[in-house]
Amino acid sequence: MEAFLHQVFSGLANGCIYGSVALALVMIYQATHHLNFAQGEMATFSTFIAWALIQRGWPYWAAFALTVGLSFAAGLLIQRIILRPIERAPVLTNVIVFIGLLVIFNSLAGWLFDHTVKAFPSPFPQNSILATRWFSAHEMGSFLVMMAVLALLYAFFRFTPVGLAMRAAALNPESARLVGIRVSWMLAMGWGLAAAIGAIAGMMVAPSVFLDPNMMAGILLYGFAAALLGGIDNPLAAVAGGLIVGVLENLLGAYVIGTELKLTVALVLIVGTLTLRPNGLFGKQVVTRV
Amino acid sequence: MNDLAARSALTPPRRRHGLGWWLAIAAVAVALVLLPFLVKNYRVFQFNLVLVYAIAVLGLNMLTGYNGQISLGHGAFYAIGGYAAAVLMERAGLPYGATLPVAALLCFVLGFLMGFPALRLGGHYLALATLALALAVPQLLKHKAIEGWTGGVQGIVLTKPEPPFTLRLFGQSLNADRWLYFVTLAVGALMFLLAWNLLRGRVGRALIAIRDHPIAAAAMGINLPLYKSLTFGVSAAFTGVAGALGAVVVAFVSPDSYGSFLSITILVGVVIGGLASIPGAIFGAIFIQYVPNLADEISKSAPWAIYGIFLIVFMYLMPGGVMGILRKAWARWRVGAAAAPPSPAAPQGEHRP
Repeated sequence: MEAFLHQVFSGLANGCIYGSVALALVMIYQATHHLNFAQGEMATFSTFIAWALIQRGWPYWAAFALTVGLSFAAGLLIQRIILRPIERAPVLTNVIVFIGLLVIFNSLAGWLFDHTVKAFPSPFPQNSILATRWFSAHEMGSFLVMMAVLALLYAFFRFTPVGLAMRAAALNPESARLVGIRVSWMLAMGWGLAAAIGAIAGMMVAPSVFLDPNMMAGILLYGFAAALLGGIDNPLAAVAGGLIVGVLENLLGAYVIGTELKLTVALVLIVGTLTLRPNGLFGKQVVTRV
Repeated sequence: MNDLAARSALTPPRRRHGLGWWLAIAAVAVALVLLPFLVKNYRVFQFNLVLVYAIAVLGLNMLTGYNGQISLGHGAFYAIGGYAAAVLMERAGLPYGATLPVAALLCFVLGFLMGFPALRLGGHYLALATLALALAVPQLLKHKAIEGWTGGVQGIVLTKPEPPFTLRLFGQSLNADRWLYFVTLAVGALMFLLAWNLLRGRVGRALIAIRDHPIAAAAMGINLPLYKSLTFGVSAAFTGVAGALGAVVVAFVSPDSYGSFLSITILVGVVIGGLASIPGAIFGAIFIQYVPNLADEISKSAPWAIYGIFLIVFMYLMPGGVMGILRKAWARWRVGAAAAPPSPAAPQGEHRP
């Protein structure tokens, strides 16, 4: 029982990370109806920036804040400069551009910061009050950070005029434009938010998986699965999907099939679930009009 | 339906060709036959890979371009085809030619089965499901239970087939790679002909109808589930043949040579070449074979960044792929030709594959 609970809790900790990547994917999906394949590499690049700042002697939280700010600006600029010209292009054109961004960020990270695996500090010391019987301090800390992000996002979308404008732009771009919302800029805001959330996810995951240019490749896939499993149109459901995927992955790896086929079986289960519930576990049924 | 792609499939295929057209075809054929003797051996090897990729891209284009189903998992079928060829050649002693139909059949069945969950999943969900397939297959190939056949992580080293006769042309002998060039060329030509015959008529129209408006297509009496899963199967079979040929050409298979990036590369080839276009597959294959090399020559330190920039710039300049640009240029030229006094030699109709 002890070991089982341990697996569940460490699965929840991983699930938090998957959930935050899923959250970043949902941000962009809601605004533009595209899944950003470059999300993981963008997050890795942000984490490298934080690493470089900390290497130069910045205090952790200052580096954290600056990285989140820079990532937000970078996400905004990427949408403005690279994606705006193809806003109306077919989905696959966008997918190819995302793949282009993916290889660019991956390659730049390898070139600027080289391919060696680096240790990334955790802001939560091992023997602080956060450490409990089931969670290490870092796991608990990243859980709290993640919940804080979720709460902030909720408040932002619920209580600020910009959040309201963003929701309007996502829901009905034409009407939003008619009441004076700059829809295209709202999409850019979505990109900025996604990049910032991705940066937080990257900085939270780096202490446990170590930092290298391919750090997020597997995590992005789980994030992708989490977002779709929970329901891609709902931030909270995406986070729930992340937790489910994390626990599922850990339990399967520990008890059923071993680590070798963990990824495969987890994905097969997720795809199977989606076959039965095509809009995700918490997704809304969309009725198509003939 | 004023979609250019749809229109080209709807035009009647029978056309009278002038003498000039046949002469051009003959010239291209002679050039293709002489080409491998005019260049160095490693170039021939690259040509072989281009031909192999062209078949794989064509297979995926049937599914994504014509039928509108996105697959990020065709690398899996490429891998299965490759392993089928390798295992049959090394463990069962089959000649390389005989492995191709087996690979095609195997991938057809697997693709057909994969088509069933694909019926329930659209768009991004299908992308995830197929990506899962692309990630699962290399892991399964490494698994201990079938290590006796697949060689585990080490993979299988094959011997390249020797040419059945000797020949010297322009001082270059017909070696294994040059012989394989003719094999891949023949198989490629056959696959392109098959695809063209399949897609230009009733079946092609049905696939496009399903892509553009599934409900209307069903109302017209098209059996949606059957057509969609059959397309998945045929598309997988094409890619499987490409995989088998690729294994023979490279003379080596291992789980790591079929990573998930391969699937993405094939999709890049489809989009760069042009969706719903048969000749586009060749341009797509040329792109995925040569642009990474070119990027490597431009910058040794960050070649993939250059590749990514190439991808993005390509998509800006040609959102419809290479064939999109060619079609546009062709349409403009036709308008110009129609405005000028008609000449008897003016070609008729749409582009020809």
